[in-house]
Amino acid sequence: MNKREDVKKTYKLYIGGKFPRTESGRYFKWTDPKNSTVVNMCRGSRKDFRNAVVSARSAFSGWRSKTAYNRSQILYRIGEMLEGRRGQFMDELILQGASKKEAENEINQSIDRLIYYAGWADKYQQVFSRVNPVASSYFNFSYPEPTGVVSAIAPDEPSLIGLVSIVAPIIAGGNTVVVLASEAKPLCSITFAEVLHTSDVPGGVVNILTGYRSELLEHFSSHMDVNAIVYCGNVKEEIKFVQENAALNVKRPIVYTDENWLDKKVQDPYRILNTLEIKTTWHPVGI
Amino acid sequence: METFLHRIDEVGAQERVARLFSRSIKKESKIHALKTVLSMIDLTTLEGKDSPGKVKQLCYKAAHLHDQFPDLPTVAAICVYPTMVPVAKKALRDTGLKVASVATAFPSGMTSLSYKLEEVKMVVDAGADEVDMVISRGKFLQGEYHYVSDEIAQVKEACGKSHLKVILETGELVTLDNVRFASDIAMAAGADFIKTSTGKVSPAATPPVVLVMLEAIRDYYNQTGKKIGMKPAGGISKAKLAVQYLVMVRETLGQDWLTADLFRFGASSLANDILMQIVKQSTGVYQSANYFSID
Repeated sequence: MNKREDVKKTYKLYIGGKFPRTESGRYFKWTDPKNSTVVNMCRGSRKDFRNAVVSARSAFSGWRSKTAYNRSQILYRIGEMLEGRRGQFMDELILQGASKKEAENEINQSIDRLIYYAGWADKYQQVFSRVNPVASSYFNFSYPEPTGVVSAIAPDEPSLIGLVSIVAPIIAGGNTVVVLASEAKPLCSITFAEVLHTSDVPGGVVNILTGYRSELLEHFSSHMDVNAIVYCGNVKEEIKFVQENAALNVKRPIVYTDENWLDKKVQDPYRILNTLEIKTTWHPVGI
Repeated sequence: METFLHRIDEVGAQERVARLFSRSIKKESKIHALKTVLSMIDLTTLEGKDSPGKVKQLCYKAAHLHDQFPDLPTVAAICVYPTMVPVAKKALRDTGLKVASVATAFPSGMTSLSYKLEEVKMVVDAGADEVDMVISRGKFLQGEYHYVSDEIAQVKEACGKSHLKVILETGELVTLDNVRFASDIAMAAGADFIKTSTGKVSPAATPPVVLVMLEAIRDYYNQTGKKIGMKPAGGISKAKLAVQYLVMVRETLGQDWLTADLFRFGASSLANDILMQIVKQSTGVYQSANYFSID
C-alpha cells in the first residue's frame, strides 16, 4: 500500500465571517525556520482591505448594540474555543520556530488575555464614566462609546498573543476591526480566525488579512471609513506615515512600540479606552 | 398572439450576462462611465412618509451632487409620488431637471382604469415631465393581454406630451418569456420607456431581465425604426453594477442608447456610491459615506 498523502490546509483570509482567497490572486511563500515546510499565504490587496472595511462597517451597528454582558460572554467563548484547539496552535507555533515550552506559554497567555478582557467588557463603562459638576441646572455626565471601525497592524511577533492582545480590547469596546496579521509568522493568525468563527463572534466584527505590511500600511491608515488605527512596531518612518495619513479624516492613531506582549503588564482597561470616544450629555434638571 | 411569443433561453441569457459583466473598466474610461451613470439617474424617493422637506432636499441634491467637485453632471430627473410633483416642480424650476411621477395606483396598480387615468391627468397637469405607470400584472398573468395593452395605450393618451415609462414589475412576471412578451406589448402600445420594477417587490432589476428587455428594444427598433428607452430600477446601489449595465446597453443597443434620453437608472443610494468612487479615483483614498450628503 502507498504511503498516505497528508491533506494540507489552505491558508486564506478572514473577511465578513467567510474565508475567501485574496481577490488579487497573489500569494507569498512562507517557509519555516528549519526549511521543512513551505506554505502559500494570501498576499492581501487594497481591495481585500476595502472589502473587509465594508464588512466591518456593516457589522458595527449590530456589535455595538449587543449588551456589554453579551460581548463579555462572546469574548469568554473565544477563550474556550482557543483552549479546545490547543494542539493545533502548538503545532503551528512550533513550526513557526517556538520551543514546546514557549508555545505552551504563549497559548496559555493568549487564553488568559481573552478571559481578562471578557471580564472587563461589561465593567469599563462604569469605570470610565463620570458625573461632571457644572454651574447650571444640568445633570452632566460622560460615558464611553465605541469609536467605530478600527484598522490594526498586529505585532510581527509573538504572532498569536500579539494578535489576541490587539483584537480583544478593540472588540471588547464594541468596535469592529480589520487586522493585518504578522508577516513573519502568519500561520496561527488564520487558525485564530477559525476559533473566532466558532465563537459566536458575528461575521465582520473581526476581519484578518495576511500580506505585506509595506504594501498595506498606506491603505490601512488612509481609508476614510476607518475611525481609528492601532499600529504595533518601532519603525519611525512608518509611525510618522500612519499619523499623517490618519489626519486625513482625523482617525485616532494608537501606537504601541517595544511592548513585551507576553507580559501581563500589557493588559489593562486603558487599552480598551484607547479605541473609545467619550460622549458628554447635558440633561436639563429642575425646569 | 402566439406568433408574438419569443421563447427566451434562460441559461443563454445568464451566460451572456456573465460574459458582459466580466469586462473590466478602469482609469479614465471608468471615470467617464461613472459620470455617464450619474447623468442617467432618476433620483428617487417613493415612501409613504415622504414630506415636502425631504423632496426639496432631494431636489437640491439632484442639482448639486457634490459641490466640492466641479464638472460633475446633474442627475436626469427626480422621481416622486403624485402629491409631491408640485413641490419637486417648484424646487427644480431653474435647473432644467425633469420631474417624473409614478402613477396608476403605484406600486400595485390594483384599481380601476378610470381612477388611473384621473391620476395620470392630475400629475401631468401638475407639471410632471415623465409618468411612470405600472402594468396590471394580475391581468397579464391571467392571459388578458389585450386589457394590458389597451390600458397602456389609454394611459399614453392621457399623458399628452409627457413621456411614458411602463413598469413591468418583472419580479412578479415569473419567467423571462413573460418579461419579453410584456416588453413587446408595452412598446407596441406606445411606451416611451420600459422599466423593470417598482422597487417594492423583490427581486427587482436582475441582469438577465434587463438583457431580455434590451433585446426586445433592439428587435423593436429593427422592425419599426423607433427608439424606445430602458430604465432598470430597484436594487442598483453600487457603482460597479451600474457600469456593468452600461456595458450591457452598449453591447446590445449600441452607442446611441448611452444617453439620458434613452437610458435611466431608477435609484436612491446609487448616486452616493458613484460619487464616492469618483472622489476615490481622483484622491486615491477610499471614501466614507459620512462625507457625502444623506439621500
